[in-house]
Amino acid sequence: MNPSLSPSSPEVQTILSKYPPEHTRSAIMPLLFLAQRENGYVTKDQITQIASLVRVTPTEVASVVGFYTLFHDEPGGWYRIQVCTDLPCLMKGADMFLEQLCANIGIKVGETTPDGMVTIEEVKCLAGCHRAPMFQVQSPEGITYHENQSVKSALGVIEKLKENKPGEEKA
Amino acid sequence: MSPHILLRNRDIASLNRIEIYKKYGGFTAVEKAVTKLTPAEVLNEVKESGLRGRGGAGFPTGVKWGFLPNSIWPHYVVANADESEPGTFKDREIMESNPFQFLEGLMIASYAVQASTAYIYLRGEFWQLAAELDRCIRDMEKAGLLGDKIYGRDFSLRIYTHLGAGAYICGEETALLESLEGRIGQPRLRPPFPAVAGLYGKPTLINNVETIANLPPIIEKGATWYRTIGTEKSPGVKIFSLSGCICKPGNYELPLGTSFRELIFTHGGGTPSGKTVKAIMPAGASSSLILADENALDTPMDYESVPALGAQLGSASMIILDEDTSIADVVAKTSHFFKHESCGKCTPCREGTYWMSHLAQRIAGGEATSNDIDLLYSVASQIENKCLCPLGEFSIMPVISGLKHFRKDFEDRIK
Repeated sequence: MNPSLSPSSPEVQTILSKYPPEHTRSAIMPLLFLAQRENGYVTKDQITQIASLVRVTPTEVASVVGFYTLFHDEPGGWYRIQVCTDLPCLMKGADMFLEQLCANIGIKVGETTPDGMVTIEEVKCLAGCHRAPMFQVQSPEGITYHENQSVKSALGVIEKLKENKPGEEKA
Repeated sequence: MSPHILLRNRDIASLNRIEIYKKYGGFTAVEKAVTKLTPAEVLNEVKESGLRGRGGAGFPTGVKWGFLPNSIWPHYVVANADESEPGTFKDREIMESNPFQFLEGLMIASYAVQASTAYIYLRGEFWQLAAELDRCIRDMEKAGLLGDKIYGRDFSLRIYTHLGAGAYICGEETALLESLEGRIGQPRLRPPFPAVAGLYGKPTLINNVETIANLPPIIEKGATWYRTIGTEKSPGVKIFSLSGCICKPGNYELPLGTSFRELIFTHGGGTPSGKTVKAIMPAGASSSLILADENALDTPMDYESVPALGAQLGSASMIILDEDTSIADVVAKTSHFFKHESCGKCTPCREGTYWMSHLAQRIAGGEATSNDIDLLYSVASQIENKCLCPLGEFSIMPVISGLKHFRKDFEDRIK
């Protein structure tokens, strides 16, 4: 059993304490974020554990995973580079930025590098319209913003992330 | 230029530190509210100020507060920090750089409706921001500003952050509540409205971050002062998020009623290409396109004047489009956005946004016939007035107005 999702874990307790005891279901999303800290995606086992923690069926937890774009039920790159290409970013060349970034890394949108480090995704507005082109990096450690980017600076960000990746290389 | 009322971080460095915020008069408004005014008096002051909801709807804030019944308890307050409208990035700056003014406002709102629990629902991407707000909340707890018996009075309050996980629809208040309750973000049928049956079925006040940040200055300086800013029906300041084809994109805090021309040219520096402004989307992707003629540019940006141009002020996320921009591309982009973000609950929106996106891409890609333009208009018309929440309605705004004002852009792409 994943220790971070055990009912006695301090992190689980902190999350549950935010909501009235009769409405623990509210903890599903924060618990899913906690689960994703393990490997960047949610496993079936974790879904079952969360369901039992908040006393709903695993199907109900799985529906939440399926609905929201920041939850993943399949492994991706350790770092998900999520580039916004919505209208204001488009006006600042985000489409071209994404295309060239992909070309430089050698993968297409939605693909992962062979070393399992980087996935590139195209996402909807991130509230960084005034600092386009921009992207966020989602990883098991959380989400960070990178704004006013060029392809060169973005490649620099990615290199730095790879160097600083905690723990061992993923299998 | 007069000092900022909301973006005070532009005038005062390190305002995101509690000691600096206190040094510059922070928490005097909530102290005044809790120690000198009754909840009803606070509510009345906000009503008198004429403050209107800054999230988009422009509904009078004090009136909204008044809808919470005093016969059902507990009451909850929820701050809508989901900020997901393409072109909007104002709440983010408030929370990042002037967080205590927002949190003080949240205290005032909670006192007024006598709630002892408040949640801040942030879009999941604001992960770092949520951690910063948690730090601010801990600082306030240590200072005795949150917890039990605040200012020694019978007022207890706890504030919690809650992260969404990437769904535009959760900015709609009933979908937000569903999400906060741990469900997929699909809007509820109204009535009952959240003011009566909201979070956990209890009376709930939901206000946008910018709305809440207006509360400390209103309580501190009074409704009469607030009404000296802006226009008679749209009092106060508004943060305009400026993006798109503009030299100086960013947030601009200006009195409501400032003209489009002043925002775009005096503050924004005009278009980088130096070319004419072709169209303005004043409310982000949800917006009707305004044909940027001289009359439109001289129009005051307030809740009454913008509708006269066939659009809405909304959250005032101004996307500027220059004459090199094809509206066919704009509509392809916005339609794709709404197709992706439709929650799937109402058939006209779920299917309609799919087909609008499909047709708009086909037109923009030069693969369409002239029949497709009429079909696009027809699909958009069939979504109108047929959905539970405004998302479906929003999705057709750029389509209908784009075809009305800029049909030639679409025809130019026909094979």
